[in-house]
Amino acid sequence: MKTDKRFEILRTGVAIGVALLIGFIVTCLVSEAPLKAFGYFLRGPFTTTRRFAAFLEAAIPLTFSGLAISLVFSAGQFNLGAEGQFFIGAVAATAAGIYLDLPPVIHTLVCLLAGIAAGAVAGFIPGILKAKWNASELVSSLMLNYVFLKLGMYLVTYHMRDQSVGALVSLPLKETSLLTQFIPNTRIHTGVFILLITVLFCYYYLFRTSQGYEVRMTGQNIEFARYSGIPVLSVILSVQVLAGAIAGLGGAVEMLGIYKRFQWLASPGYGFDGVIVATLAKNNPALVPVTALFLAYLRVGADVMAIYSDVSAEMVAIIQAVIILLVTAEAFLSGYRRRMLLREVKQSASAS
Amino acid sequence: MQALLRAILSPSFAASILRVTTPILFAALGAVVADLSGVVNIALEGTMLFSAFTGVAVSAFTQSAWLGLLAAVGVGALVGLTLAYSHLKLGTDAVLAGIALNLLAAEGTVFLLYVVAGDKGVSSSLPSKVLPDWHIPVIKEIPVLGAILGKQNALTYMSLIAVVLVYLFLFKTSFGLRLRAVGENPDAADSVGISVHRVQFVALAISGALAGMGGAHLSMGYVSWFSRNMTSGRGFIALAAETLGYRHPVGVFLASLLFGFADALSNYMQSLRVPGEFVQMIPYLLTLVALTIYSGRQRKGRRSSK
Repeated sequence: MKTDKRFEILRTGVAIGVALLIGFIVTCLVSEAPLKAFGYFLRGPFTTTRRFAAFLEAAIPLTFSGLAISLVFSAGQFNLGAEGQFFIGAVAATAAGIYLDLPPVIHTLVCLLAGIAAGAVAGFIPGILKAKWNASELVSSLMLNYVFLKLGMYLVTYHMRDQSVGALVSLPLKETSLLTQFIPNTRIHTGVFILLITVLFCYYYLFRTSQGYEVRMTGQNIEFARYSGIPVLSVILSVQVLAGAIAGLGGAVEMLGIYKRFQWLASPGYGFDGVIVATLAKNNPALVPVTALFLAYLRVGADVMAIYSDVSAEMVAIIQAVIILLVTAEAFLSGYRRRMLLREVKQSASAS
Repeated sequence: MQALLRAILSPSFAASILRVTTPILFAALGAVVADLSGVVNIALEGTMLFSAFTGVAVSAFTQSAWLGLLAAVGVGALVGLTLAYSHLKLGTDAVLAGIALNLLAAEGTVFLLYVVAGDKGVSSSLPSKVLPDWHIPVIKEIPVLGAILGKQNALTYMSLIAVVLVYLFLFKTSFGLRLRAVGENPDAADSVGISVHRVQFVALAISGALAGMGGAHLSMGYVSWFSRNMTSGRGFIALAAETLGYRHPVGVFLASLLFGFADALSNYMQSLRVPGEFVQMIPYLLTLVALTIYSGRQRKGRRSSK
């Protein structure tokens, strides 16, 4: 067990190392000054306070979508709807932030609830289609991502748009609805605390409740779970609703914490980023914030690199893809794992 | 409303259905080949994107549309092989590997676009080539059919031929038989001496190559440039078309036509005063409804294997 864990850490480390190496080679191929460019990439978030704050800010939405994905993946459900849920959650929070008139804290809470509700509905659809009609949640959630993107854009464009502004943005959210940015010169907001609560909740739900146990059993072997009396269909449905709610909450928090108006013109892509985060964290909610920080670090580093060099920020996509492919590859370094286990067995044999 | 009906029933609308069906059909055929061999190819979306980019880049540098197509198909097969290698040799889950490749394609093509064209949005600064329209002599003279099938992009004709070829390949060749045997029951196939991995490698390469043709159509037939994320979910729609078409080339052709219809309809309705967002939703909603009806019917027949 201990060796297994050590091996997982080692393998993740090697995967990241290989990915960075490939990233460096690509940088060398396209850049006039690759060392300088890659240097900026590696220490980007540490170059100024503002960028360090940007790195922390970027990790917040990544953690939310990572949590949502890790829940559905734990149940063996490839629901990739976090993308649309996040988006529609932000739209719902925007609507509540513009049109309701409520005292400060309550207004914020109502906006967050609106995001949760919208996300839960968005998670419910692929869940019920799977549970009732066995429609592949993979395909249905991917389709719904586009539906919710279009629906959200319709609502913002035709109902919430601020006509006095040239760009396509919503009316400003009421001051009472916003989350407070509590560290000067940064955009770090009180949503961080909501995030921490959500992380704890997800961890507790998955590893300390009987439903969480059912979720994990269903994910490991659905037939076995069914024969041992676990109501797999209701587990599948409820975990997707819960994950939708969390992604929707993430969208709402991002909206109320960072922005004053709704201004996304395309889906910001947090859903698929959530897959990277959850995969790296092995679907463990307690590790999700760590891997989200890691991904945020890479992203901000890439942005800084793009400012100071001739390499565009999208280079980071190569590194991400290699990391996912290697971290999830069961056979990657499996020979080394065998030797590690063998050594452990020999040691314990000679000790006794 | 009447104007809409008249437009839908016109031959030019039918011709536009065929045109927008082409990339979906290619990718859906790719999905069939992969799925029948027992591997879900969710990387179709990214494969199309890579190929769409490659077609534009290679045709711009060689000044030959056909070399561009060849390169696009080659890159498609290569992406398929990458998926095969990660899934079969490294033991990555096929869905996760597919997601990784899609993410790589989404941003990787923007990265490459910036390298070759100095732009992160569209490739219009590249002098890329377009695959020609073909005129079919005899059919062209037939009244209604001529307007639909008389003049289309070369790749549209190829997609129709591909339906037949994929059918013959899967159901009339010994390799096709082996491929389906591997997908049906890999252990049984293995026990009679079929190399399961080798068959799946080939299947994924073919799957990728087909998706590559679809990608090439997007950037060298449908329009004459590459733009970021220009596939906009067609690879995923192809997966739905594959399910809906009973994993059979002819069924998949009909299902793809249905999605093509929704796509063409949304293009047409944009010119009416319906909010564009709702119209653009149609293909995705239709996919959702069709998928649900199909899966519900399937469920009665047999238990799901997962």
